[in-house]
Amino acid sequence: MNPVVMELTVRGLLGRRRSLLLLVLPLLLIGLAALTRWASDASPTASSGLTGNFAMGTLLPLMCLLIGTGVIGPEIDDGSIVYMLAKPVPRRSVLLGKLAVALAATVLFAVLPVALGAAIAGDEDLRLATAYGLAALLAGVAYTTLFVALSVLTRNAVIIGLLYALLWESVLGGYVPGVRDVSIRQWALAPAEDLLGFRALGWGVDSAVETSVGLVLLAVVTVGAAWLAIRRLKTLRLAAAD
Amino acid sequence: MSTIVLDGVSRWYGNVVAVNDVTMTVGPGITGLLGPNGAGKSTLISMMGGFLAPSAGTVRLDGGEVWRNPEIYRRVGLVPEAEAMYDMVTGWQFLLANARLHGLADPGAAARRALETVDMLEPADRPISTYSKGMKQQVKMATALVHDPAVLLLDEPFNGMDPRQRLHLMDLLRRLAAEGRTVLFSSHILEEVEQVADTIEVLVAGRHAASGDFRRIRRLMTERPHQYTIASSDDRRLAAALVAAGAADGVTLQGGSLAVQTSDWGRFVHALPQVARQSGVRLLDVSPADESLESVFAYLVAR
Repeated sequence: MNPVVMELTVRGLLGRRRSLLLLVLPLLLIGLAALTRWASDASPTASSGLTGNFAMGTLLPLMCLLIGTGVIGPEIDDGSIVYMLAKPVPRRSVLLGKLAVALAATVLFAVLPVALGAAIAGDEDLRLATAYGLAALLAGVAYTTLFVALSVLTRNAVIIGLLYALLWESVLGGYVPGVRDVSIRQWALAPAEDLLGFRALGWGVDSAVETSVGLVLLAVVTVGAAWLAIRRLKTLRLAAAD
Repeated sequence: MSTIVLDGVSRWYGNVVAVNDVTMTVGPGITGLLGPNGAGKSTLISMMGGFLAPSAGTVRLDGGEVWRNPEIYRRVGLVPEAEAMYDMVTGWQFLLANARLHGLADPGAAARRALETVDMLEPADRPISTYSKGMKQQVKMATALVHDPAVLLLDEPFNGMDPRQRLHLMDLLRRLAAEGRTVLFSSHILEEVEQVADTIEVLVAGRHAASGDFRRIRRLMTERPHQYTIASSDDRRLAAALVAAGAADGVTLQGGSLAVQTSDWGRFVHALPQVARQSGVRLLDVSPADESLESVFAYLVAR
């Protein structure tokens, strides 16, 4: 990891107009959580419904997409990444520096709001917030790493990421049993379900896979995506004008 | 002193050949890479800078491969053609970041020196997004110079500069070359290349069309056959007189004007007014038919 790469990445991520979305979406979740608390009298079941569906299913992948594609995609598109790559800095350090910034932003703007949302909407001794916080952390790391890799691999990272996050995970995953098993969200929910024990069933926290399987698959996806991204950055072809 | 050696370098994208079997050596001094837009200049510079793998052939810097070798950037400074930089930071912050990425011992001093060299110290506190195109070119140049490299690869560095900035950069390139550096820059403007380059490499349609100092390139360009279109009071008589006087190699009468081809440009321009006067023909319009740079390049390729 290179500190200069990280500094420039933070400026790039927060300096663009779309960084406003990084604040707006979490605020929306907090607002909905407050509304849910008021409407359901702070019931953990209602809280789990909001967190499991909207926060984990829509907000988290969207935030990770915004962050993951935001830390490197624009620089590759406009060619300014050349100033980082034309340096005697290993490409691995460039990618890991950017990934570290993306993961920190994911925790700050996505994982913490998910846990906070669960706590606000209705919880019992912060059990739900802890469980969903853990699931959001695991899923967030995998999503963000995957989307960073996608931005290095293709110029259509945002579209592919959207299709995956919204279509595959939310729609197909809801109807097709086999698809549910191949889902970052399901893998990350498994340890949350374990953590809640007997309460999980009543609160509707349910994963399609075993915890050990989920954790292994998350690790494989995360490490694999990072490795692919580093490999690709080493041979990144910068578009020539003619 | 550093040397870049290209040996049988080609680059294709699918079925399109961007650079076709180029062999050249770029040594200390200023080398101008001249060619029309789309000739493959940027592709060639990308390969020299290690940002593109040659499809065939090798690019070496002082004997070492440049592809997948970030260590070359200790010796190479690069000005990319793309205008985008980190717009949200100031010129100073950007230069400092570049110096730190190079791992320089005193990044502050290096950044200051580079900005001074391109005369951009004064506006350095403003965000890059507020700079003009020419100022951005100066900052790009400063980032290429910040680590005091032996080799400079500059893709269209004069693009967007006003005449004062242009002269300033030409002076700077001469100074850098006098210090023993290897400077390569691309341009599609002959006059620009002629004014500063010790050696000119002409690239047309991906091929290495000509090589030499500016006198040789100039001669190649002026000694080629020239075409003129002439309108006169009596085209037929003028055509006969020009051929009889030996001032033209060929004449064609077409649609109310006269097309003349000559291989001796100097002789033709002197003979034309005399021949017209002697044969009592009034010249209404004389214009070169093919003076565009593209046609000059096309001739060099067809040679």
